[in-house]
This record gives sequence, C-alpha cells and structure tokens, in this order.
Amino acid sequence: MKELTLFGMLKLVVQRDMTLAMRRRADVLTTLIFFVMVVSLFPLGVGPEMEMLRKIAPGVLWVAALLASMLSLGRLFSADHQDGTLEQLMLTPQPLAVVVLGKIIAHWMVSGLPLVLIAPVLGIQFDMRMETLGILILGLLLGTPVLSMIGGIGAALTLGLRGGGVLLSLLVLPLCIPILIFGTAAVDAVASGLSPVSHLSLLGALLVLALTFAPWVAAQALRISME
Amino acid sequence: MLEVSNLACSRGDQRLFSGLSFVLHPGQIMQVQGENGSGKTTLLRTLCGFVSADEGYVAWNGAQVASLGDAFHAQILYLGHLNAIKDDLSALENLKISAAFSGITLQDATVKSALRRLGLKGRELLPCKVLSQGQRRRVALARLLVSDARLWILDEPLAALDVRAVALIQELIAEHLSSGGMAIFTTHQPLQIDSMTVRTLALS
Repeated sequence: MKELTLFGMLKLVVQRDMTLAMRRRADVLTTLIFFVMVVSLFPLGVGPEMEMLRKIAPGVLWVAALLASMLSLGRLFSADHQDGTLEQLMLTPQPLAVVVLGKIIAHWMVSGLPLVLIAPVLGIQFDMRMETLGILILGLLLGTPVLSMIGGIGAALTLGLRGGGVLLSLLVLPLCIPILIFGTAAVDAVASGLSPVSHLSLLGALLVLALTFAPWVAAQALRISME
Repeated sequence: MLEVSNLACSRGDQRLFSGLSFVLHPGQIMQVQGENGSGKTTLLRTLCGFVSADEGYVAWNGAQVASLGDAFHAQILYLGHLNAIKDDLSALENLKISAAFSGITLQDATVKSALRRLGLKGRELLPCKVLSQGQRRRVALARLLVSDARLWILDEPLAALDVRAVALIQELIAEHLSSGGMAIFTTHQPLQIDSMTVRTLALS
C-alpha cells in the first residue's frame, strides 16, 4: 500500500469532482447563464446612457458574480451527503480539511472560473475601458475563490437542513461584503486614475486568509453536521 | 484488536445504550442485534468516529481511536446504509476512486475481476444509475475485495441481495477472517460463516 501524500489526495479530490461536474454539464451551465442574464438585464433596465453604464458596471458584475456563486453552493456537499460518499471521504486517511479544500477548488473551477472568463465580454456591454476591464478580471480572479471558500463553510454548516439553500445565502452573503467592496473599489480607483494596488492587495490578503482557515473551519462544520 | 470500553451513546435526549464493552481480536466476527431504533447504526457510526460517544472510548491496538485520528481510517472499511457510489460514474470508476482514496492504485483488470466475482460482468462500464438496487449494492460490496483494511464495519450488508450474493458475502467474510481480519456487522438475516463462531451483541 502506498502512502497518499497531502497533495496527492488534493489532486484526487479535484479530479473526482471535475469528472463528476463534466458528467453533469447542465449544472455548470446554469450558473454561467444566470450570471450572463443578470448582468445583461441592467443595460436593458437602466437604459443605454454610456456614462451611467460605465459607472455601475463593476458593481453590477460583482453583485451578479456573488449571486451566481450562491446558486451552486448548495450542491457542494449535499450531493455527496445524499449518496453516502461524504462518509467515505471523511474516512480517508488524510485530514478532512484537505478533502474539503479539494472540493472547494473543484467547485471554483466549475462555477467561479467560467464567470471570470466571460466577464470581459459582459464588461464590453457596459462600455468598460480596457484598463478597467483588466483590473475587474484580476479582482474577480482573486475574489471568486474567496467566495467559494466562505460559501464552503456555509454549505458545511447548513448540510442536511430543510430549506438550507436560502439559509445558506443569508449566512454567506453578509460575509462576502468585504470582497464586494474591495473588488469594486479597485475598478473605481483605476477609472478615476488612482492606483488599484491597495485594494487588490487586500483581496489577495483575504484569499490567503481564506485558504489558510476556511478548509479547516468547513471540515469542523462538516463533522458537526454529520453527527 | 478493537476494544470498546464502557461506551454510551444517545440520540437527541434519548440514551440508546450505555456501559457497552467488548473486545474484538483478529479473526473474530461480531453481529450486532437489536430492534429497529435500538442503536445498531449509531454504534457502528461511533466506531467510525462520525458520532462522538457520551462516555467510554474505542481503542485500536491499545491506542484510543480519538488520539489515532486519521491513521485509524486506513485500518477500517465502512459500508453504511447508503451505497456511497456515484450514479454518474461507472462501477469501474466508482471502485477505482474509492480505492484511490485509501491509497490503493488499482489496475482496470483487478477491478474488473472483482466486479466479475460479484456477478457484474458486462456492467462494468455502465453508469451506476442504470443498475438495479441489488446491483448497486454489489458494486458497493466490491470494495470489500479490493480493500486492505483490517476491520470491516458493515451496516446491513445483505440488504437488497439475492441468495447467491448472500452466500458470496459469507465467503468473502470468511476469507477476510481467515487472513486475520475482523468484522462487525448488523443484519436481520442469519449469517453463516464457515468454521467461525459469530459472536452476537444484543442491544435493547
């Protein structure tokens, strides 16, 4: 028997969840289409004033990304919980936090990363300039993994609860406010000719903080939910 | 060696059992009996560490399981009420993935021969959602063949199985015991293991 390294375990979990996600592509697409639709509703509702659209663009894109990431959070652990595979994942000879981190990474790759990739196209709808678009993407790239991590804690806490989906959003959305603030502020800073570095650094710091603590906290929450 | 000492568990406010003590040596098997709701599943889940005991402890080779942590997980194989197989994956993929999580890399041929032994020849590559309930249970039970865990914790392993499959499971358990393994299980059906005495533990 070969010893599984921590990294080997992480890779296994990510691979497994990616394979499962590819078998259920509809779930991945719903998140993406929801994001595109919510963002596209704003120019239609607000009207085609360029100045106005350019101003609200970062906020709209960020809020839409936040809401879209809530959509798929409920499934993060519940699918594995329902068919019993979560129990088996808890019985692996590696710390549960590693399994949780792997699941969160896979979740981000199928629900966060596609949003980041399509955001530039949507930004053009709002007549965003190149440099602001670049900072928006960079901000989303740093911020959406944090959304998945915080969401992971919420998903673990609400596992198995009836109506857990709504409760999950109520729990997680307030905690995501700092990411929203720094993400939009970075874009606003560039638009008004200031440096976005401080805001992006804070987003990066949040990402490091979440990477360090969120998997461990979510693992503890899972243990409580499984009792 | 599995040692349970003075174990007490409750579900909500209700005390299910208390003062439960037993020792399981290599090559021994124990059947947990009791009515519905008497705490059989809770006992097995406590052994796995999913549920924390109110009193008492579980020890493995003299060391308390709580202090062994994840290292203990490599020694056990748990099969619960749920089959723990993914509907979107094939039987082959399911088995390979669950073995990989316990650190065993399996060749396709090994997995196929395990599945064949459980009567799933020709079904290896079908997604598990098209299999019948009994066939899915067989996929779950195929894990017994490819695992090197010392202690098998089986919750109703015979549910949804036909007579031939039950005989096969008895054969598998006998092989496991004769190679120094241990097993603890719950079932409402009588289980005959060749040349072995099945100890029973009655919960009330």
